[in-house]
Amino acid sequence: MKEIHVSQITETVARLCQDATRNLPEDVVAALRRAESTEESPLARQVLLEILDNAELARQEMLPLCQDTGTAVVFAEVGQDVHIVGGDFVNAVNAGVAKGYTEGYLRKSMVDKPFSTRTNTQDNTPAVVHTEIVPGDRLKLAVMPKGGGCENMSRFVMLLPGAGKEVITSFVLRAVDESGGNPCPPIIVGVGIGGTAEYSMTLAKKALTRRVGDPNPDPETAQFEAELLEKVNALGLGPQAVGGRNTALAVHIETYPTHITALPVAVNLQCHSARFKSAEL
Amino acid sequence: MAESIKIQLPLKDADLEKLRAGDHVLLSGVIYTARDAAHRRMVAALQKGEPMPFDVRGQVIYYVGPTPARPGCVIGSAGPTTSMRLDPYTPALLEAGLKGIIGKGSRSPAVRDALKKHKAVYFLAVGGTGALLSQRIKKVDIVAYEDLGTEAVRRMEVEDFPAVVVNDIHGNDLLEAGRARYRQPDRLGSYATGRA
Repeated sequence: MKEIHVSQITETVARLCQDATRNLPEDVVAALRRAESTEESPLARQVLLEILDNAELARQEMLPLCQDTGTAVVFAEVGQDVHIVGGDFVNAVNAGVAKGYTEGYLRKSMVDKPFSTRTNTQDNTPAVVHTEIVPGDRLKLAVMPKGGGCENMSRFVMLLPGAGKEVITSFVLRAVDESGGNPCPPIIVGVGIGGTAEYSMTLAKKALTRRVGDPNPDPETAQFEAELLEKVNALGLGPQAVGGRNTALAVHIETYPTHITALPVAVNLQCHSARFKSAEL
Repeated sequence: MAESIKIQLPLKDADLEKLRAGDHVLLSGVIYTARDAAHRRMVAALQKGEPMPFDVRGQVIYYVGPTPARPGCVIGSAGPTTSMRLDPYTPALLEAGLKGIIGKGSRSPAVRDALKKHKAVYFLAVGGTGALLSQRIKKVDIVAYEDLGTEAVRRMEVEDFPAVVVNDIHGNDLLEAGRARYRQPDRLGSYATGRA
């Protein structure tokens, strides 16, 4: 049994919050460069160049890529042979978020009492924590600071079980088309298909943790991803919806078996500032 | 790369007349920040005939809630937020004389009508470029609603602040026109025909 002290968890989460909000992952930068090199619209290219300049400047000056430093969505894979000592796991994660956002001069956007006073919690806690128990003695932590602009464009539907690809395609296209420039295209489109209502949305979020453009390991799903990406880009929205060929950098689909009566489909969009960093303890 | 038009604020009638949807501009001069909570208060003040935090006539409002400034810096990251959320408050401010807005994403039909009617322009700044945009902000003072924190009303002096005209005073809309131009309906299957 491997022991991990909560202080290590707090320190790691704090570091990941700051790293993620300032340093765009290299796979995202590469995807943006590809988009810029293929874009036909001069105005859309100008937008992509400003996005790439911003990433470079944020890295050099240690500035947040975006003023919306998001909800801290934390993914934890806890090895079943790990023993967490010295305190409570979720408290340790939240202490890391508070430290990272306060010491890193990041924006605190979380409000309590969401339907009434909407009082700012002052340190961007609590995080939204997804925990999975996995084999082994490692603890993997990943932080996705998720902006409000793209999260607000999320969609979910329970389709008829036989609806199939055509209806799913239209649902995804409508979600992207109607969201326009709000989620800050070029976006990554996360799609969760199957499971139950809440699980399909988790799948859609998890789909956004994949390296940009890596296909789903299942060939049929990967094929569907490629078809959807082509169609999303045929919508013509382009970067920031000014019109162009690059509306999305990728479509990622995650699936799970579902009930005989059901076909849950969830869409979670990620902005071009697709911030995500992970570490293993 | 698109050609940029340099504009000295405040916007003059000649600027407003000349700007067209799709123009890339570099704005220099004074702008004011306000977002959700500040808009609620400003529009309530207008309705009650109470004083506004600044005279909106002829001014530009930027929808931004920056990150905290590091010691020695003017401001933190400072890119635009989604304009749609401010749609319900915007016609009243345009009627009061506001001449320019900077945000991201599209506006409601009511806002587009009000922009045309009151001869005002809606710009987008590129969402998610808050680090880059912060470098074009040279001076910042909080002028009202300090209790709102990141949402307080700030007076900013900007230099060559990059933006794109979305809605001009002639009724053109860049986002509508751009989508129409680059749309490939033949590749959209049944979505294009509305059958599925």
